[in-house]
Formats: sequence, structure tokens, C-alpha cells
Amino acid sequence: MIDFVGDVVAWFLDPVNWVGSGGIVSRTWEHVQISAFSTVAAAAVALPPAIWMGHRRRGGIVAVAVVNIGRAVPSFAIIALALPISIRLGLGLGFWPTFLALFALALPPMFTNTYTGIAEVDPALVEAARGMGMTETQITTRVEIPVAAPVIVTAIRVSAVQVVATATLAALVAWGGLGRFIIDGFAIQDNVMVFAGGLLVAGLAIATELAFAAFERRFVPTTTGRSAGEELLVDVTVAPQHG
Amino acid sequence: MIAQAADQPFVRWDWIVDHVDDIWAATWEHIVLTAIAVGVGFVISLALSMLALRHRRAYGPITWVTGILYTIPSLALFAFLVPITGLTTLTAEIGLVSYTLLILIRNIVAGIDGVPASVRESAVGMGYTRRRLFLEIELPLALPVIVAGIRIAAVTTIGLVTITALIGKGGLGFLILRGLNLFYSPVGTTQIVVGTVMSVILAVAVDLSLVGAERAMTPWSRRRSR
Repeated sequence: MIDFVGDVVAWFLDPVNWVGSGGIVSRTWEHVQISAFSTVAAAAVALPPAIWMGHRRRGGIVAVAVVNIGRAVPSFAIIALALPISIRLGLGLGFWPTFLALFALALPPMFTNTYTGIAEVDPALVEAARGMGMTETQITTRVEIPVAAPVIVTAIRVSAVQVVATATLAALVAWGGLGRFIIDGFAIQDNVMVFAGGLLVAGLAIATELAFAAFERRFVPTTTGRSAGEELLVDVTVAPQHG
Repeated sequence: MIAQAADQPFVRWDWIVDHVDDIWAATWEHIVLTAIAVGVGFVISLALSMLALRHRRAYGPITWVTGILYTIPSLALFAFLVPITGLTTLTAEIGLVSYTLLILIRNIVAGIDGVPASVRESAVGMGYTRRRLFLEIELPLALPVIVAGIRIAAVTTIGLVTITALIGKGGLGFLILRGLNLFYSPVGTTQIVVGTVMSVILAVAVDLSLVGAERAMTPWSRRRSR
């Protein structure tokens, strides 16, 4: 056991494992890059209709159905299915099937959380804004979005953490990322590499979570009267599945 | 090779017909892995929830630790376990159980917290012991919230079981992984599709059964809603 820990430390100290196309630096970059692309793309697609439907307070059933379907389809299956789909679309291996899968995975929690956040804005507040003569667009941009901001950021965080976790499986469809160390390690039965890869992946996932938490504390005003614990409860209920 | 793969049909029905036994075996393995994980997870969660309910200060650390477990990506968790417990069912189950804890503990605690104080006081006034109060009053009244947690845990676990294919288990995930490995064979995509569809059907079926079980166990809530 002590030997094993020593081997893992030695693995991290060996400069060979850090540099080059298969090194920690470039693998981390690949992982972060594809996670960021897919999360941003999913936000661009999911948020506008969620905000619009939330504003009209219609489509609650759709919102619940979306998240339930999202939870029922395993992320591993989404990655695997993205491969034949990407190839039929002529997009090939590697980046695109991974992007498609992570994008599809990020949509449901973003949509549902954002919809819920907007739809649950106090109706009295919206009425007051309307009474003051605000247009519907102004109500959305100046009242609903700012009030729902913490929930929307949470929606993006839940999706982003899940995307980072699932990007680990990208190694299976010929994209890189930190999952390579684990999956290649399994293949060549190198437990040291597997374990080191696990540390890197877990570290990145936790770092993502902490980065969002710091961002929320710094920039997002707390407008809801929820305690931290309650907010976490909301997270789990709406998080569709696990990477 | 890529052009060849693009010409394959998405589903080869003849493969499915020839492999009904394989598919059933994978489905059964999937059910067993899920049932053990949710069952063991529930027992551990119930114990930790009772601890948290009795000693409020324990609740923070319990959700903190299970929260970190929940954040660790499943493949990373398996990577930590494989050097210790190998490519075994035990490794798979430790990972799967870990992910049920946060969901279950939160729902059990929230459910029991939701029992009105007046109900609890009436029971104590009627001479209920702490044990009977928990088993006969609090637990049944908290059932809807607890079952909601079990539903999320079960559906999440069914999805996660597919990932255990990478450590040699996997149930229906095994079909998906084999489909990926045989991707350029004519039946690769078929196996991915079959594994996915069966896994979704299983998740929906388990979810609906749990809803049914909850309705059967809480006849009072049904009567009230009419």
C-alpha cells in the first residue's frame, strides 16, 4: 500500500507524464476545452426558451418531463450513441461525438432549473413591475432574470460539473481528456496510472464546483430566502444523473 | 472504415432475435447490481439519517462527506477502488452505493423533519416509545418524501451501472461497451442501441413500480386527494 502511494507520487513527479500530447497539461486542456464548449453551447440553446416559458409560466409539465427523460438515459449511453450519430453526420471521431454527447447531457438540467427559477419568481413582484408600466421584455430582463439569477447560475453549475465528470468517458470515442489516463490504464493494467488519472479527474470536478461556488458568492446576489442546505436539496432533486 | 460504419443500419433486428438470451442475462445482471446498491445504500442511509436526526450536529459533516463522494466522477471513484479491490463486483457496488447516500439521506431527514410536531406530541402523549414513534408514525408519514429519494437513487444507479462495464461488470452497459469496441462490425451500433433502450425501459419501469408501491403503502394520502 505504501509502495503504491509512493509509485503514484513518483508518477506525478516524473516530468515525462506532464509534457507532450499525452501529458497531464494537454489532457487537462482538452478536458477543460470540450467541457467549456459544450456547457456554453448548451446554455445558449437551453436558457432562452426556458426563460421565455418561465415568464409565461407555461410548460411546467414539459420541464419535468425533460429532466426525467434526461435522468433515465445513462450518460455512458449518450456518449456511445453520439459516435454512430456523429459518423452519420459526417463529423467523424473524437471532438464532435464528445461535444454532441456533453451538449445533450447539459441541456435538461439547465432547461428545467432555469424554467423553475423564472416561473417561481414571486407573482406579486411581476404584477408590481407590470403596474409600473414595464413591458414584458423589461419585466423579464430587469425583474425576473435578476431575481432568478442564483437559480440560473446553479443550473449552469450543476450541468458544468456533470459535463466535466462525463467528459472522462470521451476517451472511449477517441477524444482525449483526463479520462485517457484511467481508460488506457485499465487497458494496460497500470494501476498507478489509473489511480493518478482518478485523482486528476476528481480534482478537476471539485475545482469546477468550487470555482462556481466562488463566482456565485462574489457576483450573484442572494435574492431568495433559502438557506444553503435547502438550496443543496434543490440541486440534488433537479440534477438529472451522474457522470 | 468510417464510411462503412456510416452505411450500417442503426438496428439489426436479426441480431436482436439471435441474442435474446444475452440481452436478458445483461438485463438481469443490471437489475441485481441496482437492487444491491439501492438496498445497501438505503440501510446505510437510514442508519446515518437516524444518527443525524438524534444528533443535529452530525448532519453537516454527513452531508459534507456524502456530498464530496457525489461530486467525484464515477470513473474516478472506480479508479481509486480498482487498485484496492480489483475488477470485482465489490468495487462496482462500493461506487454505486456511494452515489445513493447523499440523495437518500437528504430525503429521509427532510421527510422525517416534515412530520408535524403535533402528530409527534400526540403519539408521545399516547405513550408511544421512541422506537415505535419512529417505526409506526414518523417513517410512514415521511414515506412520500423517502420514496421520492429512492426513485431518484434507483434511476441514477441504473444509469451508473452501465459505467461499471469499464471494470468488467455493467449489465446492459456491457452491451454498450461491446458495441463501441465492435463499432466497425455491422452489429456494433445495434448493441449500443439495444443497451441504451433496455436501460431506459428499466429505469422507467422501476420508477413507475416505486410510484405504485408508494401508493399502495400510503392509502391515507390517496383517500385524501379524492
